[in-house]
Amino acid sequence: MSPSVMVYTEIRNGSIHPVSYELTGKARELADKLNSEVVVVTLFNKLEEKVEEFFSYGADRVIASQDDCFKLFNQEIHTKVMSAMILQEQPQIVLAPATTGGRTVLPAVAGMIHTGLTADCTGLDIEEETGLLLQTRPAIGGNIMATIKTPQHRPQMATVRPKTFKIPEKRNASGVIETFCLNDDMKRTTIEILDYKPLEAGTENIQDKDIIVSGGKGLKRKEGFNLLKQLAGILQGGIGASRPTIEAKWIEYPHQVGLSGKVVSPKLYFAIGISGAVQHIAGMETSEIIVSVNKDPDASIFQVSDYAFCGDLYDIVPKMMEQLKEKIADPVKDKEGESHV
Amino acid sequence: MNIAVLIKQVPDTDDVKLDPETGTMIREGSGTIINPLDLNAIEEAVRIKKQLEDDCEITVLTMGPPNAQFALREALALGADKAVLLTDRKFAGADSWSTAKVLAEALKKTRRYDMILAGEKATDGETGQVGPEVAAMLSMPCATYVSEIEHNENTVVVTRTVEDGTEKQRIQFPCLITVLSALNNPSMPTLNGKMNSRRADIITLTSQDLDIKPEELGLKGSPTRVVKVTTPQKTRKTKRFSGSKIEEGILELVEEIKSSVLNQ
Repeated sequence: MSPSVMVYTEIRNGSIHPVSYELTGKARELADKLNSEVVVVTLFNKLEEKVEEFFSYGADRVIASQDDCFKLFNQEIHTKVMSAMILQEQPQIVLAPATTGGRTVLPAVAGMIHTGLTADCTGLDIEEETGLLLQTRPAIGGNIMATIKTPQHRPQMATVRPKTFKIPEKRNASGVIETFCLNDDMKRTTIEILDYKPLEAGTENIQDKDIIVSGGKGLKRKEGFNLLKQLAGILQGGIGASRPTIEAKWIEYPHQVGLSGKVVSPKLYFAIGISGAVQHIAGMETSEIIVSVNKDPDASIFQVSDYAFCGDLYDIVPKMMEQLKEKIADPVKDKEGESHV
Repeated sequence: MNIAVLIKQVPDTDDVKLDPETGTMIREGSGTIINPLDLNAIEEAVRIKKQLEDDCEITVLTMGPPNAQFALREALALGADKAVLLTDRKFAGADSWSTAKVLAEALKKTRRYDMILAGEKATDGETGQVGPEVAAMLSMPCATYVSEIEHNENTVVVTRTVEDGTEKQRIQFPCLITVLSALNNPSMPTLNGKMNSRRADIITLTSQDLDIKPEELGLKGSPTRVVKVTTPQKTRKTKRFSGSKIEEGILELVEEIKSSVLNQ
């Protein structure tokens, strides 16, 4: 059997983040092509789900390390443990989530053990002739796709954004969890974790939303976001924003979509009063359906939209809301007996 | 205190327009700028220097072609004290590991820094990997996605903005911090700063000045290789609605939302 395909999982607040299953599924596909095995590595303090879950998503082996030091994220400890794990297991491939955690730990690991790392891959495959990992990622704001190989160095490492790959079908499988024991050196750290504050209720991470309603300078005033909140309320969506509105302090930074904010990929994205700077487009163009409203017929955003409405947003958005309220079953009203008017 | 700021010169994407036919960037005529998040890093260094009543030296470093000196001069105009240009044909084609190697060796070579700041990622490569890689090569802790910095004598307290909240960490010097745009609002250079920066000395280092094996430099020293570049075909067929067609468009949109998004 050839060396393994390793997955670094994401545990958030004691819960397995779905991206961990997405990567386990992808690792399974790659390992099957290489006649190799999938090794899932998971570091946690407490866990709501069972670690055994990973077997049903395609893992051959699960290595778990349970320790108080993993209660709150410490990048230094994660880096040391992952480096040690890689040296011990000698995998040929390591996949990790392109989250703030994975995008911090994996580059540090790459720096420590001297190997290549490709960020934010949207495609992963095995080259038939060579057995090398083909890592495809968007570059220059998604305008080109680059395929990247790591010919000589091992392991070949890639990070992948959540929701890039589908969670595989569960299957009947089981196995024994292997334990990885930490030594004192791994736990030694120059970082003291002082505090963790979850986002306030109602300001959930927009990257987790299926529907996002984003506003730009075309709203003309801060209060314009109230209209977008109404539209988002009907669809139970999140609120996004372009960089200029953040700079104008119309709305807070966690809402910023784009290269210097969040990269999102919802099922439905509304770009309202957003002209479509390359920076913004790169942060949302992988959304499934893109709807834009802008008064400028030449706005760049129209080029990446499925539905392009040219006109006054203060006229068009209320009309959209009216139709949506009339035509769709209101999930909140059905559940809680409230209406959104 | 000694602060280093790692910067990168990138194409000015705000200038760049998309080609309506191919959907690719029209690069001609667009200038270069300091990577926007690196401006936040410079601003923070200048802010800390002011707080310390100038008892602080800021060194900016960049790896790039000779014309990257213009990015360094802009950083000097913004308040940096020293500028180091890492330029050599042998550096060309470096991936994030090989870039980090040059920066790490240059940092070792130039002086002992308490804090190294950098933008979270550059707008052209968008990997965000160089910062943590440099820190690992220098065996120092690294805090990424930082939106607040509070410095003390030997430590720094940072706020990391992550997906589901914020984390506060106290980190010992020396350390490397990569920053988000929420950290501060970058200033414009002053006229005086601009004038002075034009004549300022820039320290230039080449591969010969750094302790790096030739096989670790540039494209040759890069673990990763770009083997293929394709331009994705525009797959979206844009339906445009204006004037009297808008209501028709809204009806069509609402139907699609019902069936494909909400599964009703």
